[in-house]
Amino acid sequence: MTTMKIGFTVNGSATTVEVEPRRSLADTLRDQCGLTGTHLGCEHGVCGACTVIVDGDPVRACLMFAVQADGAAIRTVEGLADGERLHPLQQAFWEHHGLQCGFCTPGFLMLATWLLERDETLDLATLRHVLSSNLCRCTGYQNIIQAVTAAARAMGKWSDG
Amino acid sequence: MKPAAFLYLAPRSRDEALDAIAAHGDDGKVLAGGQSLVPAMNFRLARPGVLIDINRVPDLSTVARDGASLRIGALSRHARFERPVTDGALGALLPEVARHIAHTPIRMRGTFGGSLAHADPASEWCALALALNATIVAEGKSGTRTIAAADFFQSIFTTALKPDELLTEIRLPWLDASWRCGFAEYSRRVGDFALAMAVVALRLEHGVIRAASIALGGVGATPLPAASAARLLLGASPSDALLAEAGAAAAREVDPQGDIHATATYRRELVGAMTRRALRQALAA
Amino acid sequence: MSWVGRNIPRLEDPVLVRGDGRFVADLAIGAHSVRFVRSQVASGRILEIRKPPGALVVTGEDLGDVRPIVPRLNRFNYAAIEQPVLPRDRVRYVGQAIVAVVAATPEAAEDLADSVEITIEPDAPLVDAEAALTGAPIHPQAQDNVVVDGRLRTPGCDAAFAGADCLVEIAIRSRRQNATPLEARGGHAAYDRATRRIVLSASTQMPHLLRTGIADTLGIPETDLQVIAPDVGGGFGQKMGLYPELIVLVWLARAKRGRFAWIEDRQENLIASAHSRDQRHRLRGAFDKDGTLRALDVDVLSNIGAFSCYPTTCGVEPLMAMTEYPGPYKLSEYGARARGVATNTCPMAPYRGVSRPVITFALERLMDRAARQLGLDPVEIRRRNLVDAFPYRTVTGLTLDEASYREALDQAVARVDLPAFRRRQTAARAEGRYLGVGLAVFNERTGYGSPAFAARGMEITPGYERVDIAMSPSGDVEARIGASPHGQGLRTTLSQIIADELGIDMARVRIIHGDTDRTPYGWGTFASRSLVLSGGASKLAAAQLADRLRQGAAALLQSTPDKIVLGGGRATVAETQASVALDEIARAVHHGPVALTEALGRDLSAFAIYDPAGTFSNACHVAVVEVDVETGAVRIERYIVVEDAGRLINPMIVDGQIAGGIAQGIANALYEEIVYDDDGNILTATLADYLVPTMAEIPPVEIHHLATLTGASVTQAKGVGEGGAIGAPAAIVNAICDALAPFGIELYEIPATPERIRALLRAREPR
Repeated sequence: MTTMKIGFTVNGSATTVEVEPRRSLADTLRDQCGLTGTHLGCEHGVCGACTVIVDGDPVRACLMFAVQADGAAIRTVEGLADGERLHPLQQAFWEHHGLQCGFCTPGFLMLATWLLERDETLDLATLRHVLSSNLCRCTGYQNIIQAVTAAARAMGKWSDG
Repeated sequence: MKPAAFLYLAPRSRDEALDAIAAHGDDGKVLAGGQSLVPAMNFRLARPGVLIDINRVPDLSTVARDGASLRIGALSRHARFERPVTDGALGALLPEVARHIAHTPIRMRGTFGGSLAHADPASEWCALALALNATIVAEGKSGTRTIAAADFFQSIFTTALKPDELLTEIRLPWLDASWRCGFAEYSRRVGDFALAMAVVALRLEHGVIRAASIALGGVGATPLPAASAARLLLGASPSDALLAEAGAAAAREVDPQGDIHATATYRRELVGAMTRRALRQALAA
Repeated sequence: MSWVGRNIPRLEDPVLVRGDGRFVADLAIGAHSVRFVRSQVASGRILEIRKPPGALVVTGEDLGDVRPIVPRLNRFNYAAIEQPVLPRDRVRYVGQAIVAVVAATPEAAEDLADSVEITIEPDAPLVDAEAALTGAPIHPQAQDNVVVDGRLRTPGCDAAFAGADCLVEIAIRSRRQNATPLEARGGHAAYDRATRRIVLSASTQMPHLLRTGIADTLGIPETDLQVIAPDVGGGFGQKMGLYPELIVLVWLARAKRGRFAWIEDRQENLIASAHSRDQRHRLRGAFDKDGTLRALDVDVLSNIGAFSCYPTTCGVEPLMAMTEYPGPYKLSEYGARARGVATNTCPMAPYRGVSRPVITFALERLMDRAARQLGLDPVEIRRRNLVDAFPYRTVTGLTLDEASYREALDQAVARVDLPAFRRRQTAARAEGRYLGVGLAVFNERTGYGSPAFAARGMEITPGYERVDIAMSPSGDVEARIGASPHGQGLRTTLSQIIADELGIDMARVRIIHGDTDRTPYGWGTFASRSLVLSGGASKLAAAQLADRLRQGAAALLQSTPDKIVLGGGRATVAETQASVALDEIARAVHHGPVALTEALGRDLSAFAIYDPAGTFSNACHVAVVEVDVETGAVRIERYIVVEDAGRLINPMIVDGQIAGGIAQGIANALYEEIVYDDDGNILTATLADYLVPTMAEIPPVEIHHLATLTGASVTQAKGVGEGGAIGAPAAIVNAICDALAPFGIELYEIPATPERIRALLRAREPR
């Protein structure tokens, strides 16, 4: 079992890990970095539960090997809150009942975070188009839409389109 | 669903990449976006002994107009094309196609070159490459060559690339305002592999179709030209009846396999419908 | 200020939105990885298993005298088929776990699994239920592969059919589903050296039952095993099982005195976890000319797969269909036959709604068909037949409590504005566009206790729920429950109920669940039961605690308990306004020099067991769809629900359950299908093939509430978890048929895929 030593930053902190080349970024974040908020729902890139942000882009952490992330800046759900203060998206998901079992939630939060950090404002059509990337089995999606809309408004990023 | 072990190489230059590809031949697989390869590896359907990650090779993702063609570096990510990268009819077509490719996070990583090299019969860029008679640039230790799209796709997941070659660039003919392009695909869910798709490019002069190219995806082992449907359009003026005829002709030209997602008969119907819709979109442009 | 009835944001969420939830895979890090080598063959004799040398590999032989899993029913001709934990002699479905291998990492475990050679002599598998009826027996206990066979027939049934004005006959097909929770199954078993016990954390809906089941099969005392359901990423019934994989984990932890984890992957889950609703029904309805349903005759054939699920047994699907078929309609003559047939496919487990989505689909299609045959309005035919006087004892012995069947129908129909829709529909048809509207009216049996399960003759009779409640010296309240929530927000809703009962702030209440060491025996969360049963028990237990607090207050305030009112965290003598904080009472009871009263003693605890007959919620769903006749694609334009779940403890959570249920119902109606080939191989083993809908496929749902408050439930709440899934297939397919009425299309199969719709249209097209 040959391993490689790689370094990246996660939520602003520099980390070095030693992993087999075949170990996914998702498993590395979970097992080596102790950040278990990123979940695995399918390991073939369909469900999006593993969505994290790598160098500013939302990616499926199950489809990336950790060794590919050498030198990258990674953001996970654990980096959204500022101490006790929740990110507006987290607050909105809570207020709008945007989660039930919570398993898909981190993936949605990271995808929505990317969406709301873009320069352009967000409208309903774009929201649906982008968020249709991720599967949820519990909510029926409507409250997720309400939550992201509310957060977008709170962050001054909503356009009634 | 963890992959089998492999040796990982991350060349930092084109030469290094080509050396690695030549050295490992069939046991090596190029890793570009990974959005098709990694799932296959996670299912252990693909078990390359060596993975050659070309993401750190510079100068492979330039997109630039070069006279009569648009040159697309192989590592250009699908997401790049969601906004216009050029103008004219080609400039309008690329975003329309790009937004149908899978979903946003997949488009962040997946690459144009990777799609072509992977040659999934339902790949949007593959159908587009065929429809527009693209040229594929392949580089190897022994030199560089160009391959016409019509010769490039040989069978399912099989291209004309030799084991020691790297796909480095795709050249699409730049289409000016006399061209009208259209795209339509049918999938069960938004973002799914298409059960059938059509890419069309028409050139009109004074309301008459002077040039036509139609490529179909998802209905054969490779993207397929709908040659007789295209011929039917030449010299004709657009009408509902013409579009219906063209759709029917396209449907007759294919001999799709049935699978759990669609019977052969149903796929043929979808070919007719998507051809008509792509033509309608092109003519409305 | 009451908590009940308010949209309190969930207490569960701050942890989950931070990614701090603890799902079983999160606990498993650092444990030995267990992977199961699964059969590639649907039926065959195991000839040889070659273990790779030097590896930890467990076979059926190694398990020694571990018992098989044998759930039992004492009625309905149930054949007690046996499921070995790991088979020694034969395999019975593709995906059946044959061998367990252990390695240091999941990657290495998978490498090791690939190197295990198993030689199986295959024989011809039976995949289809009808074929299995005349095929070779899969189990010795059921020679005709019929594992359960229930029949009933009212004496006047035949005469009612003979004298009927109009007979309507239909046959429906429900295709196989997989509940597909986003977190697949998994377990982590650890040997605790200090106590010599095993702690199993498992993604389960039924921790106590799992503990009992595992202890029984391993032949160990239950007290040697602690089962914990941590955060569970969805269940929908699939995580109600006693799975061999979990038994093997505990066996390993005991045998090797270490930590062992199995985290199921998606491919395993699709192939080998549990499937549902693979059923065929034939219905005959005898109608009067005016649309009155005089008699109903049904035949239900349920493909239950290779083994029988624990604890309900595979009888759960066919027998529930038989018992609940008449639904919300008046019916006095009824004949039914319901069979569960074994095949060489993945075993069945109940999935949200169990058989009710299918029977509602069938009965609502029958109603529409009868309306068409009799020239009646589909709304009118339903109104004519809906139960409207309560309580109503059904022909199968169920008691329907007060509900709003007709009101829900009327309101839903009013909201969709049928006349306006019909005008739009006509205009659209002229443009070659096909819109349709469809209805589903149904009731949902919820919150039923052991009497209902006893009627089924289950050897293990679940039903009751117990809640233990206690106030600590500092005045905080802990309630321990036997239910096991996994997204239902039970921590929040039970806190609302308890806080209201005690007149305290919700934040002072803590609900403890999921851990068999810390909670009273209970049955878990399924069957739309937890709020009704645990809610009822919570209310009763809290009421008893409130009594004790009033006793303490009376002693401290020199008054009598009947004069004391609880509110705002205090106990107050109504007449004088003299009051004392509950915290003070708690300190006095626990720490004071003497007991405040002899009766109260040192005890600020209470418990209640709630075991009611059950209560029926109801709803009417209306779907407006557009069918693209070129491709067969169905777009849902509008979806309306008028539902009655009695008192809504937390309306936001209720709406979430309805919306989530509808999403799964839409999936069932249009997208999801597990497909087998004739050799028993699964062709839909990825999420690219098994089509769970995305946000793009699920429309917003308009939910409206009625509230019939009955005494059948102590909180006046009715269960609501499954209703969404129950009504959607019927409403959507009825809408598709309405849209395609110009083509004379009748659809009786779910999912109603574009392919199937196109096939029907093609058959009608001129050549």
